[in-house]
Amino acid sequence: MLDNDDRRLLRYWQAEPTLSQGELAERAGMTTGRATRRIARMQELGILKGVGAVIDWVALGYAVEVSLRVTLDKTQGNAFDVFLAQARQVPEVIELQTFLGRVDVRLSIIARDMAHYQQIYRNAILTLPHISEIEALMHVARIKTSEGLPL
Amino acid sequence: MTTPLDDLDKRLLRALARDAGQSAGALGRRLGLSQPATWRRIKRMEAAGVIRGRELRLDAEKLGFGVTVFLGVKLALRGRVSLEDFERAVSAIPEVQTVEHVLGLYDYRLRVVARDLPDFERVLRRRVMTLPGVGDVEANVLLSEERLAGPL
Repeated sequence: MLDNDDRRLLRYWQAEPTLSQGELAERAGMTTGRATRRIARMQELGILKGVGAVIDWVALGYAVEVSLRVTLDKTQGNAFDVFLAQARQVPEVIELQTFLGRVDVRLSIIARDMAHYQQIYRNAILTLPHISEIEALMHVARIKTSEGLPL
Repeated sequence: MTTPLDDLDKRLLRALARDAGQSAGALGRRLGLSQPATWRRIKRMEAAGVIRGRELRLDAEKLGFGVTVFLGVKLALRGRVSLEDFERAVSAIPEVQTVEHVLGLYDYRLRVVARDLPDFERVLRRRVMTLPGVGDVEANVLLSEERLAGPL
């Protein structure tokens, strides 16, 4: 579906998402018209979803990030849906993932400090429905963050 | 940040997180701000580090990467293995998208992308299991993922 020129465009753009289409074309060694056409086609196909700003929560005063790995009580048929719907309402939850494996759901939670985290954990997390087990992983550092694909 | 974000900043930030491809003029019109005022607010949030950068959002599955796996990695010989060596080696694996140092059941959390399960097995056996100091590894296959706006 994609040829080498498409991949080259995506590789350059992934590495430098602030590039304009003109700059991108120049890096990839093609005319702006050719690059623009290819980008438009990839957008139409839904391959390219856009460019988004990355928020630094630490700079906004959220110094603590915790991954909560949750196992749900699956004897309840709708446990996933009910749990997810309610977890989505917690403002400090910034990521929700579901898994096949030992863990069912993972929540990424941010908090201003440990006291704030404790408060969220007690009032908003432990009150979520159908939890059978929770494990917490506290983030120390991000070593690699580019979610780039090996194109 | 020296001055906290006001309501307009927060709405602007939310809109940019969804789509940073919009012009300052278009963004401003929706928020009732002029183009220069919008631009100034964006620059200020960039300078304060609130906006860390931009990311290209791609549909991994449509690009042939059908499998995403999160690995919890425990180092086997803590103390004797240099964390820097492990971090350098693991970060160099192209299929490893993110590496986080965590406290708890595991030492590191990795996000790994692969074409399919056999491809994932190849990455796991040849690249991850051969890393210096790697001990227990737990794998969870990603089924669905949502990014939420956060407390803005």
